[in-house]
Amino acid sequence: MEPKPRLLAILDIVTVLLLITAVVMVFLYAPLEAVMGQVQRVFYFHVANAWVGMLGFLVAAIAGVAFLRKGDHKWDVVGMAAVEISFVFFFIAIVSGSIWARGSWGTWWTWDPRLTTAAIVELVYAAYLMLRQGIEDPDRRARFGAVYAILSFISVPLTFISIRIFRTIHPVIIGSGAAGAEGSFDMTPKMLQTFMFSLLTFSFIFADLLWHRIRLGKLADKTENLRLKVIQ
Amino acid sequence: MQPIPQAENQVSLKEPSLGVAQFIRSITAIIWKDMAAELRSRELLSAMLVFALLVILIFNFSLELDARARATVTAGVLWVTFAFAGTLGLNRSMAMEKDRGCLDGLLLAPVDRSAIYFGKAIGNLIFMLIVEVIVLPVYSVLYSVNLFKPGLLLVILLGSIGYVAVGTLLSSMAVQTRTRDVLLPILLFPLVIPVLIAAVKGSTGFLQGVQAIDIRPWINLLIVYDVIFVAVAFMVFDYIVEE
Amino acid sequence: MITVRKLVKRFGLKPVLRGMDFSVESGEFVALLGPNGAGKTTFLRILASLSRPTLGIVNIAGYSLPGQAAAVRRRLGVVSHLPLLYGDLTAEENLRFYARMYNVALAEKRISEVLEVVGLSSRRRDLVRTFSRGMQQRLAIGRAVLHDPEVMLFDEPHTGLDQDACQMLDTVLREVAARGRTVVMTSHDLARVADLASRFDVLSRGVIAASIQRSQMDPNNLLAFYRQAIIEA
Repeated sequence: MEPKPRLLAILDIVTVLLLITAVVMVFLYAPLEAVMGQVQRVFYFHVANAWVGMLGFLVAAIAGVAFLRKGDHKWDVVGMAAVEISFVFFFIAIVSGSIWARGSWGTWWTWDPRLTTAAIVELVYAAYLMLRQGIEDPDRRARFGAVYAILSFISVPLTFISIRIFRTIHPVIIGSGAAGAEGSFDMTPKMLQTFMFSLLTFSFIFADLLWHRIRLGKLADKTENLRLKVIQ
Repeated sequence: MQPIPQAENQVSLKEPSLGVAQFIRSITAIIWKDMAAELRSRELLSAMLVFALLVILIFNFSLELDARARATVTAGVLWVTFAFAGTLGLNRSMAMEKDRGCLDGLLLAPVDRSAIYFGKAIGNLIFMLIVEVIVLPVYSVLYSVNLFKPGLLLVILLGSIGYVAVGTLLSSMAVQTRTRDVLLPILLFPLVIPVLIAAVKGSTGFLQGVQAIDIRPWINLLIVYDVIFVAVAFMVFDYIVEE
Repeated sequence: MITVRKLVKRFGLKPVLRGMDFSVESGEFVALLGPNGAGKTTFLRILASLSRPTLGIVNIAGYSLPGQAAAVRRRLGVVSHLPLLYGDLTAEENLRFYARMYNVALAEKRISEVLEVVGLSSRRRDLVRTFSRGMQQRLAIGRAVLHDPEVMLFDEPHTGLDQDACQMLDTVLREVAARGRTVVMTSHDLARVADLASRFDVLSRGVIAASIQRSQMDPNNLLAFYRQAIIEA
């Protein structure tokens, strides 16, 4: 493995600092929300996680197209890394969303469009990982991964739209989850700042983890290559 | 043993792309082959049918429904049935090619790869429609529900097209993995949710005599989905079957 | 007829063919020999357009792979150790299907001819899954010659056949050669190919290690030649 590039080292430090600051901001700087109390603080992590998790999808789809066109293996590493990381991010988003729901409406789950789509996206990520696991040939694994990433990228927005239409025509009866309820509290300037900062932090975390994961992937490839050389 | 005779009047070597006629000829040849093989063995259809009827039966016991509740749930039950029975058909259809290396036989043919996709997809669609055509009257009789509304049939057709378009693509992938049969539903269902939602809502709409204008969005969604995914499948199929 | 230059094939990071050069004149019958895992089947699949080269040039009958694959396929007949036949269809239905896929003219006549040639006329209406391995292989050959291809590729065709079937296969192979078709055949069985081929190439460690014309050697020494080539590679 090449030594950690300067930029990555800096990124690591910056990311950690951002994260610490974000946590401090969330707990100390942002005001206590009137209705929900402490639980509301989950919001800052939840939404940031979700938005950034969606990035994974985009990256994987783009990497997929790039791989199919160019055949360069490094795109496969990028796509795989993006999905793996997003899988975790989305999981955190769903769990924090669940905590949020409990705090707001007393239920652990609501079937609102966003949370439902998130669950589906998570399953798609899981399916992607399972697909890759079931294939031995690395080239085929990369190709199938790329195809599935592209298909999912197209399907998920359609899913979101269909659930949206579904809910407007038939409003949700469970809890008080009418379309407006989610996240609808007025944000004071301090809250907005905290939120924006949180979003920034998570973007950095994503980029940082992605970079590390890609390096790991490349190292794995290199090892495999060396191993084959030795065998021969 | 006799000497090998020359083929007479070999059909003109149309170069290099072999023309729309051959494309269509190959597609119909594949469909024909699948129908003929199925007619002989009847494995696929019987498996799908029995499975579908069992699912409907199970629903009867698991959802204790009065007549009114049943009206709202019919579309859902039907589509869950079709979705699950569908995976059986998709799996078998591709497995038949993979065993004995027949997929190579198809790949060796001098025709665009997408002809294979369309041939298999249309074949799968026909099987699915056959199952649906049989299940509908059975359900109708078992639950005293009138299911013969033309709108409903349109929704079923559009929904099946979307399902099969993505399903054929994914089954070509799944069949090349270790975990073949198990993997297809896992890959397929998350991607096919828009179809299921739209199909169920559309079906319910037609069954309950809802205003056409309210059903419109669902039909549109189905059409959009179908068009997009058939186009994407066309572009992407090559990468799945090549080595 | 067939020209291969610097052909490289990698599966992921694992190289199987490493810059292979190979060429066949029209009408030659080349036996491709080599130990297990040498890459014979991989190579044949590339020639058959079933597999893409990682690097290198492959030309068949003037068309290049993978770009002009469809044109190449029209001129290829392939027999592998899998029969590529549909068990639930009859022999003639199988041939009819392939005739359609290859757009063979006067299909019915041709099908009858081919069935006659491979000695399966009496079983034409029987389901292929009732056929023995030898019969399936015979029908597979019928399938391969149906569209009268210029180039024929055989991948270990004798695998799993009994004596009778092997002899029948040999007759077909001789016939094909006599008609001036270009043939590339991989095999383990040196004794078999000694009589059939006009040239012997040895594939070892991803390249052609040795090549010799039949006229240049005594077929009885084939085994020695082969062993030598493997060691030297």
